[in-house]
Amino acid sequence: MTWHAVIGIEVHVQLRTATKMFCSCAIPAEGDLPNSKTCPTCLGLPGALPVPNKAAIEKVLAVGSAIGAAAPATTIWDRKNYFYPDLPKGYQISQLDFPLAAHGSIEVTTSTGTSQVRIRRAHLEEDTARLRHEKGSDGRRSSLIDYNRSGVALLEIVTEPDIRDAETARRYAEELRLLLRTIGAADAEMENGQMRVEANVSIRPSEDAPFGTRTEVKNMNSFRSVEKAIAYEIARQAGILEGGGSVIQETRGWDEGSETTYTMRAKENSHDYRYFPEPDLPPLTITADWLSQIVAAIPEIPSVRRGRYVTQLGLSAYDAAVLVGEPHAAALFEAARSTDATIDVKTLANWVTGEYLRAAHDGAEAPDPAQFAALVGAVSRKDINGTTGKELFAELLNGPFDVRKAIADRGLGQISDQGALRALAAEVLAAHPQAREDWKAGKHQALGFLVGQAMKASKGRGDAAQLGEVIRALLDS
Amino acid sequence: MSGASLRRLTAAQLRDAFRAGSATSRAVTDELFAAIEHEDGVLGAWLYLRRDEALAEADRADARYATARAAGAAALNELPPLLGVPVALKDLVNLTGTPTTAGSRILEGYISPYDATIASRLKSAGAVILGKTNMDEFAMGSSTEFSAYKKTVNPWGIDRVPGGSSGGSSAAVAAFHAPLSIGTDTGGSIRQPASLTGIVGLKPTYGRVSRYGIVAFASSLDQVGPFARTAYDAALLLHAIGGADAHDATSSRTPLDDALLNLPNGDAAATAIRGKRFALPKEYFVAGMEPGVEGAVRDAVATLEAAGGVVEEVSLPSTEHALATYYIVAPAEASANLARFDGVRYGASKHGGGDLLSGYLETRGRGFGPEVRRRIMLGTYALSAGYYDAYYVKAQKVRTLIARDFDRIWSAGFDAIVAPTSPQVAWKFGVKMSDPVSMYLADACTLPVNMAGLPGVSIPCGLSEQLPVGLQLIGKPWSEAELLRISAGYEALTASAPWREVMPHDLSKLGGGAS
Amino acid sequence: MSELTRAEVERVAALARLGLTSDELGKLQGDLNLILEQWAHLADVDTSSVPPSAQTILQEMPLRDDIAEASLPADAALQNAPARSGDFVRVQAILSEEADG
Ligand SMILES: [Mg+2]
Ligand SMILES: [Zn+2]
Repeated sequence: MTWHAVIGIEVHVQLRTATKMFCSCAIPAEGDLPNSKTCPTCLGLPGALPVPNKAAIEKVLAVGSAIGAAAPATTIWDRKNYFYPDLPKGYQISQLDFPLAAHGSIEVTTSTGTSQVRIRRAHLEEDTARLRHEKGSDGRRSSLIDYNRSGVALLEIVTEPDIRDAETARRYAEELRLLLRTIGAADAEMENGQMRVEANVSIRPSEDAPFGTRTEVKNMNSFRSVEKAIAYEIARQAGILEGGGSVIQETRGWDEGSETTYTMRAKENSHDYRYFPEPDLPPLTITADWLSQIVAAIPEIPSVRRGRYVTQLGLSAYDAAVLVGEPHAAALFEAARSTDATIDVKTLANWVTGEYLRAAHDGAEAPDPAQFAALVGAVSRKDINGTTGKELFAELLNGPFDVRKAIADRGLGQISDQGALRALAAEVLAAHPQAREDWKAGKHQALGFLVGQAMKASKGRGDAAQLGEVIRALLDS
Repeated sequence: MSGASLRRLTAAQLRDAFRAGSATSRAVTDELFAAIEHEDGVLGAWLYLRRDEALAEADRADARYATARAAGAAALNELPPLLGVPVALKDLVNLTGTPTTAGSRILEGYISPYDATIASRLKSAGAVILGKTNMDEFAMGSSTEFSAYKKTVNPWGIDRVPGGSSGGSSAAVAAFHAPLSIGTDTGGSIRQPASLTGIVGLKPTYGRVSRYGIVAFASSLDQVGPFARTAYDAALLLHAIGGADAHDATSSRTPLDDALLNLPNGDAAATAIRGKRFALPKEYFVAGMEPGVEGAVRDAVATLEAAGGVVEEVSLPSTEHALATYYIVAPAEASANLARFDGVRYGASKHGGGDLLSGYLETRGRGFGPEVRRRIMLGTYALSAGYYDAYYVKAQKVRTLIARDFDRIWSAGFDAIVAPTSPQVAWKFGVKMSDPVSMYLADACTLPVNMAGLPGVSIPCGLSEQLPVGLQLIGKPWSEAELLRISAGYEALTASAPWREVMPHDLSKLGGGAS
Repeated sequence: MSELTRAEVERVAALARLGLTSDELGKLQGDLNLILEQWAHLADVDTSSVPPSAQTILQEMPLRDDIAEASLPADAALQNAPARSGDFVRVQAILSEEADG
């Protein structure tokens, strides 16, 4: 039978800030010694107090605006009380009734179409410490605590139960990540634990049936595993129901190796977090002025930008998606275009998504946009050929120089003059008499060989297509 | 100046003597440590002494005075007022490299790795920090009997409590073990022990003094403040520790009043009472108030009137709900503030035997004393699912009503409220230990002030059964200088009152060295 | 409000992670009920149009610039830890069913 899944996603993402949420400790970096980025506040020492990070709040307000959510006129933080060794104060400073953003949405495009996923709320809270497990020489198991991550600013984003399939869930998570990266709110590297995705999954026999019992799926360390884990969980629940059983409300972990979910913990004895307003922090007023400054600084969001590239610039949906999919690529595209309004956008898009993204993948920094635009312009006008363009591009990655001047000074201009091309062709034919014999004997690869020799003789500047024509004409004459 | 009299000098007198070169900080500090050594076995005010560091600080202060004296009067006037003046800290103020116990077993062995803002301000003011004083565990109590470490006695009667929770700090100043000390006041813990030991104790406006580095009891109520033997001295200490702090989001940027450094004294102070309007709230003369206390307070009110003050009886009708409200809000906040004491990162730990959960249960069940456990239970209950609205939210609403009562007084143009600080004089050890409700009533006149965040001061106003009685003055927000000006006026008016001749016991004659 | 039962007292003690003896729980049950009795009059106060106050002296929330300052030296951060393993703080193994989110 066909089951209808209902999926809600809860994401915790580390904000891109220099310091933690409530203290001035630097964000821990790869290779930091354990407990080297801590202070009285993030260790929960007696007497220490929190002071909020302005940048973290501004980033969440920016995210809220980018997803069309409302910001409260006044917000407060709350204490969420529970005991655990990764929680030094015995409470997490979080937000309950007045999240910094509420009621937004994110547009998600999948293989079957485009839909809106509603965001219920987005709030700002602090991360916990990291635990590592160890078995001592006496066989006793213990947990080792590193408080470096304690207090790092986290954005928690919760959707409505709007998602109906695993692909949409994955695309939602990808789109959210792209949005966060585009507006500079977060790096959101899932592999580094900067973005943690949890899914609430239930199934029901029809779209209008009441929600079924849900499970919460955790430990998904990539977008691929988000999709796989949810698909698995839907199938698992369907199997149980079809077998006459019932789904148990529980938290399940995704096991990457076996590609299955497993019980992490059975339905918890309902938590009593005893939330109450954090008395160490006065209420925060979000003035219209402040908010409008933040909104003014938000760049175009991905869904809007993709639409504009297709409808206004005439790019293919695929090219638009690839360009917008990497904020730095879109940034280069925009910057290059702004230096040359007449540039051919399709050629520019090809160069950004091709040469540039390939180089960037290998760690290259973006080239100077104006010189990059000059290079792409020269190629699209056929002032230089593609090979020369690639060579100049490689040079440009090492630092800016005047591309037009280099083409003129070094004589890199493409040879497309018929007389010059004919002279080149005659030269290689004379040098390789055997090739003419081969051609006559029907060996067509001889043409390719001769074009290659002619390109070599031109130091790569010949127009290869035209050279081919000229040589063929000479061979056949 | 004879060595034997230095310990009885006020901070202002010490400052003047240091400037004149007639006494040294070293000599005072030595004398105080000698007194502590001889008398603290009886008094029990001290939990930790830092003699070597304090003497080094005294020597540095003396060197600065000597240099400035050589440079002339202008250089002397530029020295901070508390340079070389000894101060005691309640043992919930973090001071790098020293223990902070907050009077609790659960912090036994804890050495602070950082300075509270007020500790670093006192250091930069050149004060000599003598050590840490005894207190009720986590500042929960009104008698200091809930210290896990020792009993502190009242120098006016050694079978009596010094008040609490800052009883060690008040007893130390009353017994001439320090001219100044630091206390904290969540529901009366500065004003009430000041009243019971016959000294001046000021709870500043909420936000006036940074709470950073002060072990928290109830975050929305806690305030740090001075104990002294005169209003003038209290002003000097408040000025040194107060003001905005980037480490405390609830500390106010309202600037400190520089009048704190220039309080009038003598006739000028007495004259300043003329024309002041005082509100006398009838609800503060509570049932069970001792007649001697009521008599002394009414005499004090009459003194203010005789000096030209205008006194009118007023009503603060929500006062009757303040106690219940306080005993919901404060334990609720405390239940979260004390969650960090789990034996994982610091303190006395019982982790290691059984599993993780039993480590938590044992550490906290054994580490906290009975009063702290009682309040954690109350607070946890008031916040728990199903009870939050009926208790916590209700209390926060009634808190609004309490604050509105006070607002009406200020709108009516009163300069201050006058009231008793404590309905009783210092009581004998043990009498309130078994009945929490009667103990909580001891703070009935002080805790409404915390609920409203207002400044309040207790000053000595007479004796009842040969024990000190305190007069409480309550002011509008940020009016500490005004409260202390009125206090100085009252001191001037009563300077030659017979009760001022009566002194606490000379503990040196009672024997018993430092424990 | 109704009386606190023994079971409720035990539940609250468990929430607060206070390991108490049977005697202590019994004493607390008595104390808490005595105190709750004193609170009962609060229910009669008309607060229908009164907003709650978490603070009564209202301040503007100061925000901190996002500029890093020195953390504690690691040995100072760890100096009070009852149990350590190298630069880590150590506790008994965490059982997954206790895990909270
Ligand atoms: Mg969360
Ligand atoms: Zn920190």
